[in-house]
Amino acid sequence: MTATLGKDLVGLEHMTPEQIRLILDTAEPFKEVSERPIKKVPALRGKTIVNLFFEASTRTRISFEFAEKRLSADTVNVAASGSSVSKGETLVDTAKNLEAMRIDMVVIRHPSSGAAGFLGQRIRSNVINAGDGKHEHPTQALLDLLTIRDKHGKIEGLKVCLVGDVLHSRVARSNLWGLTKLGAQVGVCGPHTLMPRGIEELGVKFFPRIEEAIEWADVLNVLRLQLERMEKGFIPSLREYYRVWGVTPERLERSPRAITIMHPGPLNRGVEIDSRVADGPHSAILDQVTNGVAVRMAVLYLLAGGRPELADAAKRGAGGGTE
Amino acid sequence: MPHKSDRTILLDARAMSRALQRMAVAVAELAHGTADLVLIGIQRRGVELAERIAKLIEKDEGVVVPRGALDITLYRDDLETVGPKPVIGETRLPVDLTDKHAVIVDDVLYTGRTVRAALDELVDFGRPKRISLCVLVDRGGRELPIQADVVGQVVKTGPGDRVEVQVEEVDGRDQVDLVR
Amino acid sequence: MTPPLLLQGGRVIDPSRGLDQPADLLVVDGKIAAVGAGLTAPAGVEVRSVAGKIVAPGLVDVHVHLREPGNEDEETVASGARAAVAGGFTAVCAMPNTDPVTDNQAAVGFIVRQSVRAGLARVYPIGAVSVGQRGEKLAEFGEMVGAGAVAVSDDGRPVASSHLMRTALEYARTFGIPVADHCEDPTLAAGGVMHEGLVATRLGLKGIPAAAEEIMVGRNCLLAGLTGGHVHLCHMSTRGSVELIRRAKAQGIRVTAEVTPHHLTLTDHACEGYDTHAKMNPPLREAADVAALRAALKEGVIDCIASDHAPHAYDEKEAAFDDAPFGIVGLETAFAVAHTELVGGGGVLTINELIARMSTEPAKIFHLPGGTLAVGAPADVVVLDPSAQWNVEPAAFRSKSRNTPFAGRALTGRALLTLVAGKTVHDLGASAAS
Repeated sequence: MTATLGKDLVGLEHMTPEQIRLILDTAEPFKEVSERPIKKVPALRGKTIVNLFFEASTRTRISFEFAEKRLSADTVNVAASGSSVSKGETLVDTAKNLEAMRIDMVVIRHPSSGAAGFLGQRIRSNVINAGDGKHEHPTQALLDLLTIRDKHGKIEGLKVCLVGDVLHSRVARSNLWGLTKLGAQVGVCGPHTLMPRGIEELGVKFFPRIEEAIEWADVLNVLRLQLERMEKGFIPSLREYYRVWGVTPERLERSPRAITIMHPGPLNRGVEIDSRVADGPHSAILDQVTNGVAVRMAVLYLLAGGRPELADAAKRGAGGGTE
Repeated sequence: MPHKSDRTILLDARAMSRALQRMAVAVAELAHGTADLVLIGIQRRGVELAERIAKLIEKDEGVVVPRGALDITLYRDDLETVGPKPVIGETRLPVDLTDKHAVIVDDVLYTGRTVRAALDELVDFGRPKRISLCVLVDRGGRELPIQADVVGQVVKTGPGDRVEVQVEEVDGRDQVDLVR
Repeated sequence: MTPPLLLQGGRVIDPSRGLDQPADLLVVDGKIAAVGAGLTAPAGVEVRSVAGKIVAPGLVDVHVHLREPGNEDEETVASGARAAVAGGFTAVCAMPNTDPVTDNQAAVGFIVRQSVRAGLARVYPIGAVSVGQRGEKLAEFGEMVGAGAVAVSDDGRPVASSHLMRTALEYARTFGIPVADHCEDPTLAAGGVMHEGLVATRLGLKGIPAAAEEIMVGRNCLLAGLTGGHVHLCHMSTRGSVELIRRAKAQGIRVTAEVTPHHLTLTDHACEGYDTHAKMNPPLREAADVAALRAALKEGVIDCIASDHAPHAYDEKEAAFDDAPFGIVGLETAFAVAHTELVGGGGVLTINELIARMSTEPAKIFHLPGGTLAVGAPADVVVLDPSAQWNVEPAAFRSKSRNTPFAGRALTGRALLTLVAGKTVHDLGASAAS
């Protein structure tokens, strides 16, 4: 019995390992599409997709846009500034307007946790979470999983450490769910002030120092440290953060194994990660970007359209299908 | 009352082998030799059949014929109605198709929609100078104006019938059945 | 004047006099005229049989938000008073975080007049501690009390400045009123939307740690001790707070405390699924906190139950969790929820203790008439049916707002009849089928 996804992709917390594997497996052939001279297949031809971004984001939005266009869908970008949202229109009203225009799919990024699920419950269109508050960023975790699988051949049994501001990170949460469901061991490393309450109750190992994390991990997923964390007093300075937790070549050298280095981007060179590491031989950062488009194509493909009852009727009635 | 299906063997292993040999010769003739011939098998079993035909031509003509695989799932015209999305197989094309004679190889030709999808996809990869179609079984029932240039076996079928092709590499044996 | 009324055959529970016995109750000229078994009905009196029911002093809710003036679409003094009597309350105290803030004698007088006009539950205004509730300058306690205020509070917000709180406690002594504080350290709680714990981590929501409340509880107890003033702690929610209050009372400090029905029954798990009807301040906490609050209520460390009735328009709660306002309504479900969870299944309180904590005690600590069935007292009476089974239907609320986490819940216990000054202001028996 093949796994199927529901109407929406809101997060990995409540997905099954089979559903996650389905997305990763489906992403592989889509990597090939991006290598063709004509990077387009007609699979989502005529579908309208809105990228509804209430938070600025260049890279995620572009990645989704490429995924959508390579599937031949029609895309529209709505940015919070300059749209009715900034004039105080509620999320509910924006959603109803989009549905009234018969949009097929909405990709949403919003500063409030729960916003993607909130939207998915209220409109018929498929809703894909491109990051909601501090809750989840499922496509980022999926492309991280795919990258790890490509590099190591598997995920089960691997030791993956998330480094940095886990407290405010939706990427960290989604990775935590995805990695544990696929059998990896998860660690976190960073200052106590940036760790969420109860994290160890979720089966995660905490490393107070980066040296300990490096000794343990097969993969380091280095999270971006935002300037405002210093401004809000979670850490005294970016300089000190780099001195204590920065991922540097000197520290990596002490590891008994070659550690795969990942980062969701954009990089703060010299803050959470040293340039030589980001550009080094074990960095999978650019692979993450390539895989990002493929994973998003897979998600759009799997969620779009599809009425199971017609497929069953086709199987029962007619003979050979479409030969 | 479920009707009991009635299974006849259209081609056994021996017959299939003979058919493939004939087809290999016909393909080589069609292409006036092997100079610009490329065989492209449609996922799934078309890929194995293309491989066999290529090897037969190789044996006869002493030339290695490039072959590739094409998965047409993303070009299907029925993606809307198919429930859980079909698994997408591998697409790999060995050479640039420009100025080549591409021969599409599939196991069964029926409505013609698979071939239509394959044509749309091939054309996104380049501009072959000619595209031909080679199938193991032509079972009639066309819904589009598509014809095969090389056919292993023609059989008349009705809408309730199924033609099942098994190949050694995938199913463990070579056989073609007609199930009524 | 209202006609005389005889409530016949009920079980009279009056915690103010330690009474619990089958008895009749006679109301004449808006006052309690007699309580006793087998009372003869004087001529022209209406006789109402309340066999199998409990006759108690009208319930008193010392913490409600009635939104008038400023947000009359959410609630008014009149609609709030109607909701109150439906819930068995004969008196409520209205918090001053209205728009404009109730921080002067004219505003206090307005609330009093609206209450009289509605003629249902008595609405006693609580005046602001500081002008505009801005936490800078004391409001005119004397003038406000003169116009009818029974306490002062900046609820909605904490009194952040310890100096201001100290001054308020000292100044309030002249007028014999409590200073009621919403205990929350603003910098610790800032931006938080639910209890800081594992559930918040999983949902990706910023948490309000228990310490944010406990710090202010500790501070307020110390200041009450320093000044000899009376501090009343609003809506307690943590086991740490309970500990601090217990110790302060043992030292003779004049501190009183209230707890809401929802903090006695729900935990932070109610926020899963981002249900904004579980969003309030202070937030729902952990099972251990609920257990400690229940024990404290029984012990009397927490003096009373108060609903913190906080109406909101439906579309305001229809938002992402972060953006929705804090608060739920509670007047019409408070008694039933407390009765179902604490007296019924839970077995935490007896019915007598519950009535004491919802009537006699709150009236006492706010120096209000009420909470008693003594002869000569105003006839603020409630007839409760302890076995009435009903489902919470927000659409049927008398309140203008519907934001409750208890929608659809099956509850046991309901106010059948409510009298204020002897007048029948709520009567389920008249309209409802059995």
